[in-house]
Amino acid sequence: MFDTAMTWNDLMFMLRGAGVTLWITAIAVAGGTMLGVVFGVIRSSLSPWVTWPLAFVLDILRSVPLLIQLVLVNSFQAIAGWGWSPFTTSCVVLALYTAALVTEVVRGAVLAVPETTRRAARSLGMTWAQDQTQIVFPMALRVGLPSWINVTLGVMKDSALVLWLGIIELLRASQILVTRLQEPMFILMVAGAIYFVISFPIARLGERLEKRWREND
Amino acid sequence: MFDFSYRFQWAQAMRHLPRMLEGALVTLEIAILSLVVGIAIAVLLAVARDSKYIWLRAPATAWVEVARNTPALFQIYMAHFGLGSFGIYLSPYTALLAGIAFNNAGYLAETFRGALRAIPETQTRAGRSLGMGQAQTFRLIVMPQMFRVAFLPTTNQMVWAILMTSLGVTVGMATDLTGIVQNLNARTFRTFELFAIAAVLYYLIAKTVMLGAQLIAWRLFRY
Amino acid sequence: MIEIEKVYKSFGKLEVLKGIDLTVNKGEVVSIIGGSGSGKSTLLTCINGLEPIQSGRIRIDQTEVHARSTDLNKLRRKIGIVFQQFNAFPHLSVLDNVTLALRKVLGMSRREAEEIAVKQLEHVGLGDKLKVYPSRLSGGQQQRMAIARALAMSPKYMLFDEVTSALDPLLVGEVLDTLKMLAEEGMTMICVTHEMGFARDVSKRVAFFHQGVMAEIAPPDQLFGAPQHPETQKFLSKVR
Repeated sequence: MFDTAMTWNDLMFMLRGAGVTLWITAIAVAGGTMLGVVFGVIRSSLSPWVTWPLAFVLDILRSVPLLIQLVLVNSFQAIAGWGWSPFTTSCVVLALYTAALVTEVVRGAVLAVPETTRRAARSLGMTWAQDQTQIVFPMALRVGLPSWINVTLGVMKDSALVLWLGIIELLRASQILVTRLQEPMFILMVAGAIYFVISFPIARLGERLEKRWREND
Repeated sequence: MFDFSYRFQWAQAMRHLPRMLEGALVTLEIAILSLVVGIAIAVLLAVARDSKYIWLRAPATAWVEVARNTPALFQIYMAHFGLGSFGIYLSPYTALLAGIAFNNAGYLAETFRGALRAIPETQTRAGRSLGMGQAQTFRLIVMPQMFRVAFLPTTNQMVWAILMTSLGVTVGMATDLTGIVQNLNARTFRTFELFAIAAVLYYLIAKTVMLGAQLIAWRLFRY
Repeated sequence: MIEIEKVYKSFGKLEVLKGIDLTVNKGEVVSIIGGSGSGKSTLLTCINGLEPIQSGRIRIDQTEVHARSTDLNKLRRKIGIVFQQFNAFPHLSVLDNVTLALRKVLGMSRREAEEIAVKQLEHVGLGDKLKVYPSRLSGGQQQRMAIARALAMSPKYMLFDEVTSALDPLLVGEVLDTLKMLAEEGMTMICVTHEMGFARDVSKRVAFFHQGVMAEIAPPDQLFGAPQHPETQKFLSKVR
């Protein structure tokens, strides 16, 4: 159907790009989630009077385009002489961005645990730590996990932006092929299909989890 | 840790502020246009997705799933480079607008579909039994209520649209905030200062839009 | 005149109406009573064509409701209906709830429509609530607004579908009084109701529905005083 000059090697080139996309996503999500959970618990258990500086910084991370953040951090690390590779810079920026999103997920999930349930737990003689691990965490996980899956997929898609720093991830790999083969539509469709194959099943899984857990309530 | 041999030149960068503000206006313009177009298409997609006709349902579903499962940057590339295969060459401005509108429409379609389901069927019945037609009932009774339910997610989409406009620079967009900053950067090499100012401007735009949305909501939804 | 002949209606496999025959004359008030699931509410939504029927026919002033050639939107202007759920349009003020159809269906100017709407709202005792949104009204007030909204279209017939069932007991009276007033003014009405006292006082005839069949229809004195059908007797002994 498609008459294309694209070879097996070219496809492998794109798949290696997809590997870079997934690798950056994994690092960013792992780091971002750990930070985000800590920030989220802080934000939801301490008074806003204490946590506002944290809230403000996280809000900035969510309100400034990722591209701008990438360029800013990249130029800052150069000025400061840290000598980060574009890969490291990308992972750091995406991880902080992820942390900002995960904080909101965690906060929403913790707030969704009714105060009455927690009071019941405390009146059974549970300590703060027991209440957190035995009651709040399992309940919040159900609310938060589907949103966290969405955040992860969002970061995977947003990671395409790191091409601006010269990293050859999936989209940049496709662009290189487009320039060489002059078949933009076909090559981009292949790239889109790869993104879709990664994202769609996981998105569906998230939807199903959300639905099942909501029905059980 | 910080060994700055670099001298920050904020004054020099600030001289370009008027040009950057012009760019901010273009950014806002694209975001608003893409949202308006996106909302219009999203309403159609939301209705089509629950249609009983497969030839309406299938393309609408495809649109929504592609918009939600591929990067926004990919969608902009498709508009700019991809359509070239068909001899269609969109300017960076149009491609950026088309890409973001496509993305907005896909996300908002799901938002609207959820909102439509939250409106009781009896509202439609009440409209129909007053002698209103199906389209009339949808437009006058259902849609205003749908927009109320969907207002907050739509506001969030507007903020995302603003953030997405920055991607235009990758397809050669030169007149929006990021495009202008990038051009100034290429001439002056004051990367950090210029992009820091841009970051502040983006933040202010996003906050202004949120504030504006709250005012609109307050004005519109008194019930 | 509303003529209902041998109407059968089913939802999937479930038969809801099994051959209903009923004629309602101009100026007549007919109440329909019966247990839940007897099909009485469904009949009303068939009369104004919100629901299709499987066989039989319903004619309103000689126009067949379910004929393909019938313009239902036009026909529905003749038939007002008020539902159990008040179905106020939450995004419109009380006044706009009433003027909407006048302007958009009958094509009236805003001034004309408001004149009529104010009159109808005053008629049902809501003259002081014009600018208020429905969420600020009590259930009884919302229901009276829905009645005014239907009446504003100057229908020839009014259908009432258990209009007091969703109300607090304290608020039932004000809505029933509005219906009584309408009946006294000579409106042709079909009322599906659980209020036996109301059915007795207001109706010319009362019909008892049981499992999709009209088991019995008679003037109220007869139906309540000396019910013929065993199911009617059973039902009435339970609700008393």
